[in-house]
Amino acid sequence: MNQYEVSFIVDPVLSGDEINATAQTYVDHLQSEGCKIVHVDEMGLKQLAYPISKRTSGVYYCIEFSSESGDMISKLELALRRDERIMRFLVVRLDKYGVKYNDDKRKGLIGKKKAVQADSKNRDGKAKEKKAVSKTAAPSPAPAAAKAASPAPAAAVAVAEEEE
Amino acid sequence: MASRDDIKFLSNPKIGQKRKKYCRFRKYGIKYIDYKDPDFLKQFVNEQGKILPRRITGNSLKYQKKVATAVKRARHLALLPFVTDLLK
Repeated sequence: MNQYEVSFIVDPVLSGDEINATAQTYVDHLQSEGCKIVHVDEMGLKQLAYPISKRTSGVYYCIEFSSESGDMISKLELALRRDERIMRFLVVRLDKYGVKYNDDKRKGLIGKKKAVQADSKNRDGKAKEKKAVSKTAAPSPAPAAAKAASPAPAAAVAVAEEEE
Repeated sequence: MASRDDIKFLSNPKIGQKRKKYCRFRKYGIKYIDYKDPDFLKQFVNEQGKILPRRITGNSLKYQKKVATAVKRARHLALLPFVTDLLK
């Protein structure tokens, strides 16, 4: 029993119904091949990082499904390739960690985890900033101090003695 | 009064020290790298969208390979650019 994930980009020029229908055809296609649909994730309209067939945005979908064998993958890929409404697609087999990750994501655990990590990263960042500040701040007085200290430590001592 | 001990700390003694690099995936127990999360993957590419080497990120070999795969998948799905300027 393997778990797979197919993500694809649908042409945004189509109407909302047509976009939904496109996604639904692949859900039906997978079900007719005897796959179990685990989850259909509509990631929505996103800006593309680079233009694909003269479009600058696309509607992202991700269907997670499990299947006994991978024989139907080639059929699915052929169907996706022939479909003009699909701009890009990617079929990936999930390892056990991927399955767990997607499960946790649906339960909302990942977002929190990320928030915690983000916090720790922010803290690191702040710490770095502080260090950077101290580094930037330190060199200016430090050389002066070093100059003051190094050429005439005896003088400094003498000054100190005078202070006494 | 200023004694020798005070003078010793006028310059920051930690300035020249390097921070030890570490693999964040091992440290935080992240087992799976999602290719659909471009914001996370942006930490592992430079401004031109090139994958950063292990030498800089500190990733272990196992996770560097996974990062590279995830970045390449994200590029295929137009979540990350292949080439660009001023990504960050």
